[in-house]
Amino acid sequence: MTKHPHSGKVAIVGAAHTDAIGKLPGHSRLMIHAEAARNALADAGLSLKDVDGVFSAVATPNEISEYMNITPRYVDGTSVGGCSYILMVQHAVAAIMGGYCDVALIIHGESGRSWIDMEVAGTPQSPGGQFEDPFGTVGAASTYALPVLRHFHEFGTTKYQMSHIPAATREWALLNPMAMMHEKGPITPDDVMASRKVCYPLNLLDCCLVADGGGALVLTSAERAKDLPRKPVHVLGSGEATAHRSVGMMRDFTTSDSTVISGRQAFAFADMTPADIDHLMLYDAFSPTPMYFLEDLGFVPKGEVGPWLADTRNGDDGRTVYRTGPGGDLPMNTNGGGLSFGHSGRYGMFAMLEAVYQLRGDAGARQLDGINASLVHGPGRQFAAAATLILGRG
Amino acid sequence: MIENYTGKLPKPSPETQPFWDGAMKERLVLPKCDDCGGWTYYPRPFCMHCFSKNVRWTEASGKGKLHTFAINYLPVKGFEDIGPAVIAVVELDEGPRMITNIETGGEPDPETLPIDAPVEITFRHVAEGIKLPWFRLAG
Repeated sequence: MTKHPHSGKVAIVGAAHTDAIGKLPGHSRLMIHAEAARNALADAGLSLKDVDGVFSAVATPNEISEYMNITPRYVDGTSVGGCSYILMVQHAVAAIMGGYCDVALIIHGESGRSWIDMEVAGTPQSPGGQFEDPFGTVGAASTYALPVLRHFHEFGTTKYQMSHIPAATREWALLNPMAMMHEKGPITPDDVMASRKVCYPLNLLDCCLVADGGGALVLTSAERAKDLPRKPVHVLGSGEATAHRSVGMMRDFTTSDSTVISGRQAFAFADMTPADIDHLMLYDAFSPTPMYFLEDLGFVPKGEVGPWLADTRNGDDGRTVYRTGPGGDLPMNTNGGGLSFGHSGRYGMFAMLEAVYQLRGDAGARQLDGINASLVHGPGRQFAAAATLILGRG
Repeated sequence: MIENYTGKLPKPSPETQPFWDGAMKERLVLPKCDDCGGWTYYPRPFCMHCFSKNVRWTEASGKGKLHTFAINYLPVKGFEDIGPAVIAVVELDEGPRMITNIETGGEPDPETLPIDAPVEITFRHVAEGIKLPWFRLAG
């Protein structure tokens, strides 16, 4: 195989969060976008005048161009759920390589907790309004919980095994001062099992933290990146897919079809395999989300993720070392994840920011040694859409 | 009919009106394809399997299997008299799967809801012109 001609030709040259993540009652949806854009451009050593491509989902490109008083010549408002910004990186690569823009700004902002100037989607005449909403599907936990018992049934996966996901992820949050759960101490799988029931088989600690906040990325050609201050992070491979809208339409409730298609393309474009990946950012809206992705992207054989997660060992200090936690063989969600870092609603941007920090060597106490390639993967809605990125150190 | 139902109500659209009219008569009526024989849910004016327009509204058996489920412990409007909502995916004997609710007649216990258990349709009359298709374990 050979890699795709665009592989490694476009770089992420700026990456930043909003000043804070969490409860931001003084920030509207659009203020969050502008703050994220300002921080990412400062990180890139570029100004708003340099931007000629705008990519945004929670605010439309129209809103962004007006609010920030710019006239980009390339816009993308693809909105397929939490992975929208991960797809946009692929779109930005295509636009930059095609000559449709030179500097792409991908912006995420969401008043997910304070809900200032946020829309509620869907009408009672839509397919969801008629055939999903009347059946008590209140809260994303209820729809993310729905496929899980099928995985348990077909493969013998257990709730206790699944509880290792939030426990491992918390270990990373303890190392990240920006994580909402940074000061909250470790949790065990038993703590997850004992937390309040939300939507069986999910408990409170299986659910992401609702937050206000945002982030942005700046991309340009790898050529131009050489003249910019930050170490570039190259886009080696990418993929996207959408399979349906409602979780009830999954073809197989043990597999995310869009993940399989998106992941396969990303590996092919990069000419890599899971064995080449040093670091994973698998969007964790709820515990089962990354559990499915570990299998569907080929990191763990289908049906074996439960025993794999529970295969922990004792570290030198007596603490449990999880496969995906600090000291584990497959470090995952090293910012603390949606489960312990924070989740604004479309968390995909935060997953990418952490991959960039790790590859640049900017990840502080949680920095991994000698990593060359990071894989970012996220869903749109509940296993409906998906997008994958393989990022590499420049 | 439940008086002053507080839950979310569907609003039929042109391509789904016969489904909701059927539900009012406590019949599960779905598009069935004259070309490939496949059944479509949710209703569309074509076959979801082969995209043929030759579909005909046909009564399904109302029988199926409990494919997967979740129990929502968050407060849900419209379920005040029921308790935690058992949100389920039922696989109809005719093939399609639908999101629905399982009537358990009391506090739901996951141990009493085996995956792949046979289920049968029942209807919950929630508003003028709207009966929601629910299921219960087959007796």
